[in-house]
Amino acid sequence: MKPATIRAADTSTGSRSSFVKYFRQNYWLYVFLIPGMVFLLIFKYIPMGGIMISFQDFNVVKGLFGSPWVGLKHFEFLFQSSEFYRVFRNSLLISLYRMVWGFPVPILLALLMNEMRHQGYKRGMQTILYLPHFISWVVVMGMIYNLLSPSTGLINYMLKAFGREPIEFLTTPKYFRSILVISDIWKTAGWGTIVYMASMSGIDPNLYEAAIIDGASRVQRMIYITLPGIAGTIVVLLVLRMGSILSNGFEQVYLLSNALVNEVAEVFETYTYKIGLREGKFSFASAVGIFQSVIGCALLFSTNFFSKKIGGGGLW
Amino acid sequence: MVKEKKRVSEDRIVGGLAYALVTVVAITMLYPILNVLAVSMSSYTSYARHPWMFFPFDFDFAAYKAVFSSRLILRSYGNTIFITTVGTLLTLLITVLTAYPLSRPGLRGKPVFMSLLLFTMMFNGGMIPNFLLIKGIGLYDSLWAQIIPAILSAYNTILMINFFKALPPSLFDAAKVDGASEPYILFKIVFPLSKAIIATIALFAAVGYWNNYFSGVLYARSQSNWPVQLVLREIILAANTAMINAEGNLAEMDLSAISSESLRYAALVVVMIPIMCIYPFLQKYFAKGVMLGAVKE
Repeated sequence: MKPATIRAADTSTGSRSSFVKYFRQNYWLYVFLIPGMVFLLIFKYIPMGGIMISFQDFNVVKGLFGSPWVGLKHFEFLFQSSEFYRVFRNSLLISLYRMVWGFPVPILLALLMNEMRHQGYKRGMQTILYLPHFISWVVVMGMIYNLLSPSTGLINYMLKAFGREPIEFLTTPKYFRSILVISDIWKTAGWGTIVYMASMSGIDPNLYEAAIIDGASRVQRMIYITLPGIAGTIVVLLVLRMGSILSNGFEQVYLLSNALVNEVAEVFETYTYKIGLREGKFSFASAVGIFQSVIGCALLFSTNFFSKKIGGGGLW
Repeated sequence: MVKEKKRVSEDRIVGGLAYALVTVVAITMLYPILNVLAVSMSSYTSYARHPWMFFPFDFDFAAYKAVFSSRLILRSYGNTIFITTVGTLLTLLITVLTAYPLSRPGLRGKPVFMSLLLFTMMFNGGMIPNFLLIKGIGLYDSLWAQIIPAILSAYNTILMINFFKALPPSLFDAAKVDGASEPYILFKIVFPLSKAIIATIALFAAVGYWNNYFSGVLYARSQSNWPVQLVLREIILAANTAMINAEGNLAEMDLSAISSESLRYAALVVVMIPIMCIYPFLQKYFAKGVMLGAVKE
């Protein structure tokens, strides 16, 4: 019979022989870790090292170690180009609009659903609200083309019914950002309620009972019990959101934009793709990517810091 | 007493308002989906008359026939099915293998492994270095390039670690006393108890792979390696161009434009439905899986 190998949690005497013993008893755990760690090293850490091409004039033929170093040339060029400021402005504005309009929607939806007492109906509504999450941006693009089509779309149909001229929404710059924000809310708001609903289910039911006895109305219970109960979750998601304030994702913007709205639509992701992969300026494109990541990291850390300072709790 | 009555009626109004608002939102979410379904099943004439319909006026499945007889669509559909199936299975395998050791108490070197994992949440090389890596290791323009880069995410792994940590410790001790090996414990004891988290991660992975457009754009050059999302975009744009050429006049559209227009709706349905159908099957596990991860934060 094999000896029972019960692992004690704190046997770390620090000596070499005890480690060998520990390893011999638990080598399987390390074997399990191999594929994951190898994956991280190759597909996450090698590309992180690859950011050094933004300090080079990278050339595919010469490779990473043969290309000449140029210091901050690409960053200097970046900060001098007017294109960069346009992209920066677009990324920031679109993301801010998404946050201002989109962030509260799942919170409100979750609060409303929390007031629905009929469990069957509530579950049915939840399922419908989750559906858009399963739809790809390409399909959403198709739906938006359907809805906004000047000849067959529902929106223009209604405009015409009110005697108004149909509008070419997708090629008019002033509507483009609203289309992004609204379609984003449509696709993500329902799914976004999950985390708030989970957080609400952790609120002590006694609080509600006590409040009812004290004569608190539904709205009062919502404001003084439910909302504080999910405040921690709201702060965490808000901090995360701040960290990605320059990120808008590639798919939605790329799929919905076109040459006529490029002026207000181009964001870091689509710009990086265009200059990097279409025009082959790898080093410059990578510099754009670095700028975006560094600002994102800095924002994440500073919001987290401030959030903890004002007592809102943080990510870590 | 009067105050009490006032409160009760006020509460009724608030409750009714909650039902009404949520229902309106749900209808808004549902309408574009129903519209696509209805048009895809209707004849072209009823589409031309009621393009905004949300239930079919008559039935005509010609568009579906066209979709399923297009070699390009079928081929890309096959690619997407392959990518989704293989990608989801690999994601589950690697995530379980990585999460399990990290969930065990007293694993030596755990801080190192955890930091390696968590740092990837904060920083990544970005689009260009990733692209150059895929090119450099020879995966470019293969289906694997659309699978492998996404098989391990820190977020999924943390959800799974939290789930494993919540399993009763006596389970492991008893198995150890019986002389069970770690692979036995993982696959014969832990795995069957972890249906909830496995279903959750499978759902995340499958939706991610099926709906992914970006890695197709980035890594699939030849059309034979396109995922179906890329083909769908071409269909949508082609139909749109046909519309513009006919100057938006449905009656004046020529035959090829008509077929491209109905083809678009059928193609949207064919791409959208399979991944939606996964949800009901995994729903009962899903609630539990997400809760555990979310509550732990």
